[in-house]
Amino acid sequence: MEENIILTKHINKINPMAIDDYIKVNGYEALKKVLKDDPLNIIKEIKESALRGRGGAAFNTGIKMESVYNEKETDKYVICNADEGEPGNFKDRYLMENNPHQLIEGIIIAGYAVGSTKAHIYIRGEYDKSKNILMHALKEAKERGFLGSNIIGSNFNYEIEIFSGMGSYVCGEETALIESIEGKVGRPRIKPPFPTVKGLFDKPTLLNNVETLSNIPYIVLNGGSKYASIGTESSKGTMLISLSGNVKRSGVFEVPFGTSIKYIIGVLGETTFEKIKMIQLGGPSGPIIPLEMVDLKIDIDAMRKSNLSIGSGAIIVIDNHFNMFEILRKNIRFFEHESCGKCTPCREGIRQIRYILSLFVNNLANQSDLAMLEELTHYISETSFCGLGQAATNSVASTLKYFRSEYEMRIKK
Amino acid sequence: MNKMIELIIDDEKIIIEEGKTILEAARKANIYIPSLCYHPSQTIKANCRLCLIEIEGYSKLVTSCSTKAEPNMVVRTNSDSVKKARKITLELLLSNHDFNCSICSREDNCELKKVVDKEGINDSRFLSFFTKKPIDNTNPSIIRDINKCIKCGRCIEVCKNVQGLNILEEMSRSHKMMVGIPRGKYLSDILCTFCGQCSSVCPVAAITEKDDINKVWLAINNPVKHVIVQVAPAVRVSIGEMFGLEAGHNVTGKIVTSLRRLGFNNVYDTNFAADLTIVEESYELFKRVKEGGVLPMITSCSPGWINYIEQYHPELLEHVSSCKSPQQMFGAIAKTYYSEQLKRKPENIFVVSIMPCTAKKYEASREEMKSDGVNPDIDAVLTTREFAKMIKQSQIDFLNLEDGNFDDPFGFSTGAGTIFGNTGGVMEAALRTFYEMATGKALANIDFKDVRGLKGFKEAVIDLGDKKVKVAVVHSLLNAKKIINMLKENRADYAFIEVMCCEGGCIGGGGQPYNNQVDVKQKRIDALYHLDEAKEIRKSHQNPFIEKLYKEFLIEPHSDIAKKLLHTTYNDRKNKPEV
Amino acid sequence: MDIKKIIEEKGKKPENAIQILKEVQKINNYKYLSSPQIKIIADELGLSESKIVSLLSFYTLITEKYRGKYVIQICTNVSCYVNGSNNIVKEFEKELGIKMGETTSDGLFTLEYTSCIGCCNIAPAIRIGNKKFGELTPQKIQAIISKCRENL
Repeated sequence: MEENIILTKHINKINPMAIDDYIKVNGYEALKKVLKDDPLNIIKEIKESALRGRGGAAFNTGIKMESVYNEKETDKYVICNADEGEPGNFKDRYLMENNPHQLIEGIIIAGYAVGSTKAHIYIRGEYDKSKNILMHALKEAKERGFLGSNIIGSNFNYEIEIFSGMGSYVCGEETALIESIEGKVGRPRIKPPFPTVKGLFDKPTLLNNVETLSNIPYIVLNGGSKYASIGTESSKGTMLISLSGNVKRSGVFEVPFGTSIKYIIGVLGETTFEKIKMIQLGGPSGPIIPLEMVDLKIDIDAMRKSNLSIGSGAIIVIDNHFNMFEILRKNIRFFEHESCGKCTPCREGIRQIRYILSLFVNNLANQSDLAMLEELTHYISETSFCGLGQAATNSVASTLKYFRSEYEMRIKK
Repeated sequence: MNKMIELIIDDEKIIIEEGKTILEAARKANIYIPSLCYHPSQTIKANCRLCLIEIEGYSKLVTSCSTKAEPNMVVRTNSDSVKKARKITLELLLSNHDFNCSICSREDNCELKKVVDKEGINDSRFLSFFTKKPIDNTNPSIIRDINKCIKCGRCIEVCKNVQGLNILEEMSRSHKMMVGIPRGKYLSDILCTFCGQCSSVCPVAAITEKDDINKVWLAINNPVKHVIVQVAPAVRVSIGEMFGLEAGHNVTGKIVTSLRRLGFNNVYDTNFAADLTIVEESYELFKRVKEGGVLPMITSCSPGWINYIEQYHPELLEHVSSCKSPQQMFGAIAKTYYSEQLKRKPENIFVVSIMPCTAKKYEASREEMKSDGVNPDIDAVLTTREFAKMIKQSQIDFLNLEDGNFDDPFGFSTGAGTIFGNTGGVMEAALRTFYEMATGKALANIDFKDVRGLKGFKEAVIDLGDKKVKVAVVHSLLNAKKIINMLKENRADYAFIEVMCCEGGCIGGGGQPYNNQVDVKQKRIDALYHLDEAKEIRKSHQNPFIEKLYKEFLIEPHSDIAKKLLHTTYNDRKNKPEV
Repeated sequence: MDIKKIIEEKGKKPENAIQILKEVQKINNYKYLSSPQIKIIADELGLSESKIVSLLSFYTLITEKYRGKYVIQICTNVSCYVNGSNNIVKEFEKELGIKMGETTSDGLFTLEYTSCIGCCNIAPAIRIGNKKFGELTPQKIQAIISKCRENL
């Protein structure tokens, strides 16, 4: 497996507060390489790597970069989405706190490739330590001439600014995030236009997640095809998994796409399976699957075909002494609290779901409540304005499919 | 001409300009798609999710308001999944709504009720989360009842994008999200101008004008009270819309007859008072220009504008004309001159005005607007919408009324008084009089076309022979702010500026019929200019009854009595007491 | 530090409102923004008070609600929940004699729920100011509270 480690290769071996440690392991070599190169060649490499966004939507990064590159505006922005707010996910924090320069280098290269001169890192307000480490890293990078004017003797100038989120999950949604940087309340915008055309301050904007951007230095140095040799047909490279819940060893693990959930929990998480009842993938916005499906492999498109998703890589293991409806209600409460309140389905619908789940928790539900739950679950995911609402009921929908009998058992006869 | 495209909605072939949305295409073809947050003069919000439709080949329903029509699209507006989603959306809205429809002020024109009725929904299957919250009714103009609010965001948009105030905002989030102002405060505690634009776009009864209808009925039915009424110019070209007429229909005659039927003793015209205002205001301008007074002088007839400058830029108040608005000039004359003529005590004369405006209610309540220092000059202000409601309450067949004529002496007006109701109108009316005062010559071409129209910021140069003066006209507070900034930066080299608070002027006022959109506004404006053109006398100072009023009572413009009754003072109201 | 200085430093532009609010909140002994502070910020940035309050009511880390000197934010999301966060909540409530959402009468502590703080690997976890505490058990709570008190 060692050869398939990209992002976490140097973690725990280098001091995140010392830029020299990063430089010693070929740090900023990718940047030096690209500054002599045509931006289009970088985009070509990224396209060849078939890197897909790690924020959950899994859009092809190279194509996204190309669209921003093709926009004719002189002002363009790069935004690094470090608003890792989905419960159960902590891999971006892990990357920022343990190898901040890898991310910074990735951002500068992306900026150079798309023709931008300024980037923002939108980092959750709750991530105080990550922010401090990044601030220090930015200072170091500037001192060494990797940021600022005439970067390493070229005529390329670049600035990176950190923006602290103030406690709002929906700001992880790209357009809400942009609104937030603009000093507004983080309510999502209508798409189209997409941020690649009209993003921050209405300028073309490349918006990518921490993990996605952290992959870029490797791809530049080793070539897109090398990267694409890892993984599966639809999903190339590695993915960081945030493993937590009822496991013996929790933490962030880097695995190539195609790795099974069983391997992650059993081998990496050193956990036995007998007590496991449910596995939640991606966080509250993802599906809950039963233990029988533990052989499932991490693969974006294959999972999509079965209406499943790993989101941004969280796996939460839940023991059999927890009440499924209690867990579901927790998931739903999370969205109820984080909904921006803009659209009717999300604002008004989610709390109705929570109410019906309470009936199940208290064994008070009847057949029509089950029917309504099903109808509403479908309705909210189909009609909500943004991804938050569209994904809010995934956990309920998946349990209606995989844990149907639990519902039926609790229906008043 | 844009490229036309063809698509199919509900098996009907529809041809529409490229770039239009599916909702626009459907509306054009008279195909019904319900909507709530959509408003033709506003940005697309797509937050109510009611206008969902199905497009062949799409995996999900989409909102028709935010989806562009594409060539050969096949759209279904009433498929099973559309109907189901629509029903849930409405039921969810109702699960958090105070739906006491039968006692609601919007009962007969509520947009929510309309769509709920059309979908045949009688009740919501969902648990009601509705809890009654306090109503904001502490100001004389506007009532905010958030129990009715459906969070469409139209009011927020008009307050922010048109008026530039941002008084209303989305507060909080999740299901606690509501349209509001800082917690624990009322509109009267913050810098709201009471323009009422929010009330004119609200689809439900969440924001309405303060209802003064009962106050008027009480007066009419009180034998001691002599009840008279004045009608603002903008009302006559818009109220017809509330009875199904197209915008821009002049129904002055029917208004007069209906007011008599309602029981008003005498029916007068605010246009008359507007003529009086012009004489006083033109004279003020003439004096300021001649004697080196503070210039530019800015008009004072729009109470929303006065609230704005008093609350936001009081340091510029010396630019504002000291003239009261026509409404208040009428009130002052009614409670003095008219009262003497009639030999009735002023407190037994009850003066009602029918206005396109909610801020007029506030203006009438001001301390400065009491000629005797005790009783208000205007006792009640009804908006155009309230007036229409009163007619409907009385079961008057408005459209089939005979035309009546205003009573003398305050029923006679010139064309200049008429155009007070639209942007540029006060300026044009004033120039017709000011020119003759300043030059001593008769003005031949009285149409000042440069100041007409819906452009937000208009300028003109007036040739007075020996010199030229520049004037400017703005409407909506966002444009007013531009003029304010110019003044602050000493870039406003105008002699005279007309500011109207609402877009289009009073014809687009916050108390006007609900379909307050651009094309409708233009039609109302056109109708006022037609009225102006049809008048024999089109200069205010030539109104014979105005001449008579000066001769018998006011002596001359800016006489002591004119100053006492027709002029006012303003206050710095920037800092509201902390609540 | 006074508010106007913070505004100058961050840049007197409406888009900096959120960051300004955060900084101003920091200078307060109690972690909230007062009505006069809101008014000053609104005036300086040319924004309406409503606009500022809407920001405060949307973002959970800035608020106009009175909060204590130490805001104890407890995560109860699934990873923390399945590792016993409910007992942590109970212990804090017992030790401080207040319920979640309340502030102690001496103005020292406020108990709050928080969204996930990215500490699922050390669940159950809490955040106080900019410090995080993980792998908590009810036995560890008293020591955390004492530590806060000592820092006075």
